Amino acid sequence: MGVDFLSRDLLIQVSYFVTAALFILGLKRMSSPVTARSGILWAGAGMLVATVVTFAYPGMTNYPLIGAAVIAGSVLAWWSGKRVAMTDMPQMIALYNGMGGGAAAAIAAVELYRMSMPGAEGGAAEQLGLATSSLAVVGGIIGAVSFSGSAIAFGKLQGLINRSFRFSGQQALNVLILMGAIVLGGLVALQLNASPVFVTSFFVLALILGITMTLPIGGADMPVVISLYNALTGLAVAFEGFVLNNAAMIIAGTVVGSAGTLLTQLMAKAMNRSLGNVLFSGFGDTAGAATGTVTGALKPIEAADVGVMMAFAQKVIVVPGYGMAVAQAQHKIWELCQLLIDRGVTVRFAIHPVAGRMPGHMNVLLAEAGVPYDLIADLDEINAEFDTADVALIIGANDVVNPVARTDKSSPIYGMPILNADKAKNVIVIKRGKGAGFSGIENGLFYLDNTRMLYGDAQKAAAELIQAVKAAG
Amino acid sequence: MTGIVALYIFMLAAFTGYEVISRVPVILHTPLMSGSNFVHGIVLVGAMVALGAAHTPLEKTIGFIGVLLAAGNAVGGYVVTERMLEMFKSSGARAAKKGSH
Repeated sequence: MGVDFLSRDLLIQVSYFVTAALFILGLKRMSSPVTARSGILWAGAGMLVATVVTFAYPGMTNYPLIGAAVIAGSVLAWWSGKRVAMTDMPQMIALYNGMGGGAAAAIAAVELYRMSMPGAEGGAAEQLGLATSSLAVVGGIIGAVSFSGSAIAFGKLQGLINRSFRFSGQQALNVLILMGAIVLGGLVALQLNASPVFVTSFFVLALILGITMTLPIGGADMPVVISLYNALTGLAVAFEGFVLNNAAMIIAGTVVGSAGTLLTQLMAKAMNRSLGNVLFSGFGDTAGAATGTVTGALKPIEAADVGVMMAFAQKVIVVPGYGMAVAQAQHKIWELCQLLIDRGVTVRFAIHPVAGRMPGHMNVLLAEAGVPYDLIADLDEINAEFDTADVALIIGANDVVNPVARTDKSSPIYGMPILNADKAKNVIVIKRGKGAGFSGIENGLFYLDNTRMLYGDAQKAAAELIQAVKAAG
Repeated sequence: MTGIVALYIFMLAAFTGYEVISRVPVILHTPLMSGSNFVHGIVLVGAMVALGAAHTPLEKTIGFIGVLLAAGNAVGGYVVTERMLEMFKSSGARAAKKGSH
């Protein structure tokens, strides 16, 4: 029995060690396009090893329940993950991330309830060390916030929640809820008054906090928010790993926590906003002041004219944005660009770091359509080239090409690095309607003398342009 | 594992995560966020241990939900990351073949 216990324990520890190594190597491989695909396979192998050996954990019971939950969760996630369209990836990542946060909170809840109640056999409540109970509480609140917050982010991106809820005193309310959760969590952690009622209230407050924190944040800021919740879930997992004395969870959770924090900072920086600014001030709040600075009229154009313009251009730069994702227009756009390339036109794609709803969102969609890497340029590479471009084709992008960011100090996006599409000889904007962008800010680019508006769904417009270029002979 | 050793693990893992992601091109940010989302699916093993040690109906219920959510995180995270990176591979091959400049 003793030998069996020891060898099983050794097997589990060694397996977790291998898992942690596979995760880190997998993430490392995912950071280069050449090895990226093998990276997820390595990490997946690590997850499989860890999951299988955990069934052999000493003293485990409830095997039927565990098996049922693993199978049910896996089947549901497999089915939804295979079905989802590439354009809906951001909200799926938010959803799966929220599930991880919820799981971390559930671990904390199990530990804290056990601590707060007499044991099932009628014995005294189990005592946890102060460090352990504190970490369970901290991981619990972070996990719960990530769970409900990610659910709201999912609802917003999926279009289930259409408006941002803002009212005065909202920040004060959030702070109040946070304070309440901290006080309750402190009482539970110190085990001064660890009744189940306190534990329940603590988790309810934490869940509400995630909702009230995320509701006022606009859709344009969602990439940053999803990335932040990803990092938070990692931290929550690491803290619960301390509670359960599980090295694999500590290492994997911490790696994700720090990597996610860095990624969040990179994104916030690309938008020229601090993280605090994203979280604590709605984008729309100051937009009203900025609208007065734009003058001129919107000048519409027909697809046939644009087709001729592009067919006889030397160089065309395509600037995709969220509108392309919504319309699923990436395939048609690439078809159009291939026609132009065959005619000898130089075509480049300009990607703003925060175009779309996640960093690299546009790259994923263009890759899906089959656009080769070397045609895709990021902001620093391409900005000098707009001077030499005959046509800048803006497809459903808005704030990332708004020259107001360079000139108008009163604008909320002032100082944000933008793509200098306004420097091109002709600017064609494909746009569904006349409304402002996600941030609610009027776009000065649309009113410039060299800008023409091509109204319509991006996919339909691209199809019309293909016909027009073919007709140009 | 003593508290101080756990702290060392925490520190070293934090630096590792920072280093791994600091040299990543923007083009891979979304798949990498998705990949790191998959990695924290390791919470599954913790949820399994928690449910495995649950006695009361309340503990069992919460533990069950925890394992369900964690399995969703791990499997869903894997599937979407794999799908995204699959496209990157083929697109890279196409780019190499065409080699247009």
